Amino acid sequence: MIESVSLPRMTHVVIIGNGISGITAARNIRKQSDYKITVISSETEYFFSRTAIMYIYMGHMKYEHTKPYEDWFWKKNKIDLLRDHVMKVNVQKKSLTLQSGETVSYDKLIIATGSKSNKFGWPGQDLQGVQSLYGYPDLELMEKNTKGIKHAVIVGGGLIGIEMAEMLLSRKIEVTFLVREKEFWDNVLPKQEASLISRHVRSHHVDLKLTTELKKIKGDGGRVTSIETRAGETIECQFVGLTAGVSPNIEFLNDSGIETKRGVLVNEYLETNVSDVFALGDCVERTYELPGRRTVEQVWYTGRMMGEVVAQTICGAKTKYEPGPWFNSAKFFDVEYQTYGHVGNTLKENESDFYWEHSSGLKCVHLVWDKTNDQFMGINTFGIRMRHECFDRWLREKRSIDFVMSHLAEANFDPEFFDRHEAEIQAKFREQLVSHSI
Amino acid sequence: MKAVKTFGLILFVAGFFIFNISFFWSSYELTPAIIKSQFSNSDKTELFIKQSEAIQNQLIKSNFEFVSKLDELFASVNHYYLKLYGVTEKEIDALVKHSADNIFSIAAIDLTFSVDHNITKQKNKLFKDYGGWLAGQQFSSAEELKTQLLSVSGKLNEYAIVSQFGFDRYAVRDLKYSLTKASALGPVKSNPLLFLLVTIGLSVLGSLLYIFPKLQLPSGIKNNGIFFNVMKNVQWLGILTGTWLIAFYVILYFYPEYMTNWVLMVDPVSELISGNEASRFFLYGFIYTLCILVMGVRMIIHYRHSKYQILRTYSVMFFQTAFAFLIPEILIRLNQPYFDFKNIWPLDYSFFFDNRLDTLLANGGVGIFMLVWGIALIIIAVPVLVYFFGKRWYCSWVCGCGGLAETLGDPYRQLSNKTLKFWKVERWMIHAVLVFAVVMTGGVLYTYFTDASWFLFFDTYKLREIYGAFIGAGFAGVVGTGFYPLMGNRTWCRFGCPLAAYLGIVQRFKSRFRITTNGGQCISCGNCSTYCEMGIDVRWYAQRGQNIVRSSCVGCGVCSSVCPRGVLNLEVKGEAGRFGTPILIGNNHVKIMD
Ligand SMILES: Cc1cc2nc3c(=O)[nH]c(=O)nc-3n(C[C@H](O)[C@H](O)[C@H](O)COP(=O)(O)OP(=O)(O)OC[C@H]3O[C@@H](n4cnc5c(N)ncnc54)[C@H](O)[C@@H]3O)c2cc1C
Ligand code: SF4
Repeated sequence: MIESVSLPRMTHVVIIGNGISGITAARNIRKQSDYKITVISSETEYFFSRTAIMYIYMGHMKYEHTKPYEDWFWKKNKIDLLRDHVMKVNVQKKSLTLQSGETVSYDKLIIATGSKSNKFGWPGQDLQGVQSLYGYPDLELMEKNTKGIKHAVIVGGGLIGIEMAEMLLSRKIEVTFLVREKEFWDNVLPKQEASLISRHVRSHHVDLKLTTELKKIKGDGGRVTSIETRAGETIECQFVGLTAGVSPNIEFLNDSGIETKRGVLVNEYLETNVSDVFALGDCVERTYELPGRRTVEQVWYTGRMMGEVVAQTICGAKTKYEPGPWFNSAKFFDVEYQTYGHVGNTLKENESDFYWEHSSGLKCVHLVWDKTNDQFMGINTFGIRMRHECFDRWLREKRSIDFVMSHLAEANFDPEFFDRHEAEIQAKFREQLVSHSI
Repeated sequence: MKAVKTFGLILFVAGFFIFNISFFWSSYELTPAIIKSQFSNSDKTELFIKQSEAIQNQLIKSNFEFVSKLDELFASVNHYYLKLYGVTEKEIDALVKHSADNIFSIAAIDLTFSVDHNITKQKNKLFKDYGGWLAGQQFSSAEELKTQLLSVSGKLNEYAIVSQFGFDRYAVRDLKYSLTKASALGPVKSNPLLFLLVTIGLSVLGSLLYIFPKLQLPSGIKNNGIFFNVMKNVQWLGILTGTWLIAFYVILYFYPEYMTNWVLMVDPVSELISGNEASRFFLYGFIYTLCILVMGVRMIIHYRHSKYQILRTYSVMFFQTAFAFLIPEILIRLNQPYFDFKNIWPLDYSFFFDNRLDTLLANGGVGIFMLVWGIALIIIAVPVLVYFFGKRWYCSWVCGCGGLAETLGDPYRQLSNKTLKFWKVERWMIHAVLVFAVVMTGGVLYTYFTDASWFLFFDTYKLREIYGAFIGAGFAGVVGTGFYPLMGNRTWCRFGCPLAAYLGIVQRFKSRFRITTNGGQCISCGNCSTYCEMGIDVRWYAQRGQNIVRSSCVGCGVCSSVCPRGVLNLEVKGEAGRFGTPILIGNNHVKIMD
């Protein structure tokens, strides 16, 4: 008699969220295994680049262009896409309840649900013409809300706020930009850079109102007509953009037994408190410290790195999430910004810094080092592109500030024929050293 | 400033409108003197003059009517000669009869066509030339022999008689063009300079007025609204523009006789530079150069934050104006062969054609120098410069096609297709054209040295004609430029240019050039891929931290310019590590899997 052999069922990995985190995990799991992979996401059918939303609105690209992979890619790589919204996670039964009523069971679950925009309960925040900007539906809404309008107000001086300002200006809509801080983004940037960017923003005819807070939004017939600031100023407008940060998008996990605080709590292996449930990207809060890093990091790169790491763990090579030195980049209108390592908005006791600004007021570098041992800690660079690879290496090798300054030219990543400023920067640095040592 | 821009647009549209109207703005009058000035052979000239009596000295209002009259004239002259020298069925029967045992012989020809009589003497010679190879063959029946002989007589009618006595289609095309141009009467003919000013001049002025206000915007990437633009996103204006361009090229290459009014306008310019009246290709070169210059100004303003783009644009403006346009004309003035020192075979596919080789060889030291120079470009400059700088040294710094694509074509760069499917099509298509060009040139040279027109399994004359029509005119011209607003500005360079294929092979396998990606900084936004005119999916590489080494990359540098995160850089460095490793910096624990 022949015994029937039951094949072990293929492990089913279910990923919630088709953003950079979830998709990186899916791709890397596929590279390393033949597990069944299902990605469930409700915003769009295919993975698109959230970071490019502004370019769609400005007409630089169409939505199609923001998809990093062609539509056939997923089928070819046997990554099943399911457009639905996960309403509930049942960790006992290892199953998910979807908005469509279906249930999906999993062997391993990856939560990569990203963020949602903050709203602080301002009066009038639900009027028509008032909105935030995070996802594709917001983009469509903004398209509708800004049709034929003249004046807009943006509240909150972060990166999404400045992108929104640029978007609106591209449609010839006047912008008033309310920022709580003394200079634009000075909760992150040192004051020199913050002031450089503030000047640049103004040069684009944005009415930048610093140290200004929103009190309420006023409307007529359900539609926004003006806002009032704490100082009592009224500004007429037909659109209000609320860009006061984002927070993890995790409500649907309430009562699931998966522990959350600000975000889904994870350990070094990106495991939650429930076995076989992992979490990644914007929606995550680390339970452990990493030097110089916040426990909730809502940037593209961390999501991507976490996706790479979790794939290795799920495929059997248990791997810690240990990102290398911090890096980030952005663009403020025409000025590109890159940062490597740690440059805080204020110097710590043990830190010393050097700042150089080009006469155009559109380029600068800012380096910080530990004055107890001269170890280089980080750099902000505006208007000059620098090599990630160099700074990553120098930071890992704990190079001294002198080494970094004398090798600055190696790190330059500007295109051929661009003006080079290393000599000027180095000369100014020596000058500062001399004057300090006196 | 908005007003200046609008005013510029109005001037441009006005100039362009008058340009189009002037296409029709002449009457035509044919006179014996005009005919004599354009014809060389006297026999058929006399006949032509006689046949054309009905329309001589009478004003014909439209170029379409005039050209169709000329067509009829050429046909009637040809018809006359076909009747005169065509072999009749009776003569075929006689040939059959004179072939004993159905063996065809030269004697049969001599018996049928007496050499004493002028006309039959010609027929005798023609038949020997085209049917002589049948001599000595035996046929199974008289019918079969007759069929063979009829086919010979068909060939005589088709090729020999018309080209020896009448006007073959090349002659017809040239003469139709020159007769139309010479017979034109009207405002354009009498005031060419005035028309040049109110057409092309007005368009240039309008364009510049439209372009200069861009200087008021802050420098930096300003691609706002491109995908809402009816011109730049394959909407009605783009389609209309594409259609106009396609029509222009079809007329230029295949129906030049209709565009003589435009050529008349640039006669004074041509006379100034080379001392000769303008040809249609002078007109083309003149407009082409102006497009590169005017749109080059736009390119420089648009990318004025990038010195790379500025220098590159100056370079193509210079090479087009000096090397492609002025120097060849000046050479003509100096009685030297026309020569474009920057054009390279196989883009310059006729470089090894007999007529050009003969011209160069007949011109002593200068001609020899040009020949050696042209060959050195092919075998030394291409590989050496591509090794050191990448294919861009030619494609986006020197080449005329590239120059037009990077200036006039820049507003359309985002229309290239980035899908994998198109990449596959591109690879076989461009390499097929390269093979075609090499085989065609091989055949042409074989014929040049051996005088045999049959090479391997084809007729080299036929082959070069096919290449010229389909690749040289059809692909490079009609599709290459006409498709700018439809498929992007590098359709020809990407799918068709055999020189690009050659440069690309070197670039892919032996070069120090690559586009480096900056560690882990890519945010997959897609600007680089969108604005790649060659349809390279740059992001595919950038988002995995891998360098971009692609045969098609022309090194325009726009991906690097538009990247909002400073991820891409065109670099030349040692060959080691040129491809880079597909791993993103920033993560301590990730290894390469594949
Ligand atoms: C306008 C804008 C510009 C940005 N620019 C930059 C930048 O330049 N650099 C940078 O580093 N970062 C940038 N960011 C941040 C960056 O985009 C995010 O950090 C990153 O996209 C987070 O990726 P994620 O995969 O974790 O989440 P997300 O991209 O948010 O993906 C999560 C997906 O899951 C879906 N989802 C959520 N809940 C459910 C559910 N219950 N069921 C089904 N689906 C669900 C969501 O709809 C979403 O599609 C920007 C963000 C925005 C909004
Ligand atoms: S433009 Fe830059 S950031 Fe955007 S996808 Fe290309 S390389 Fe990445």
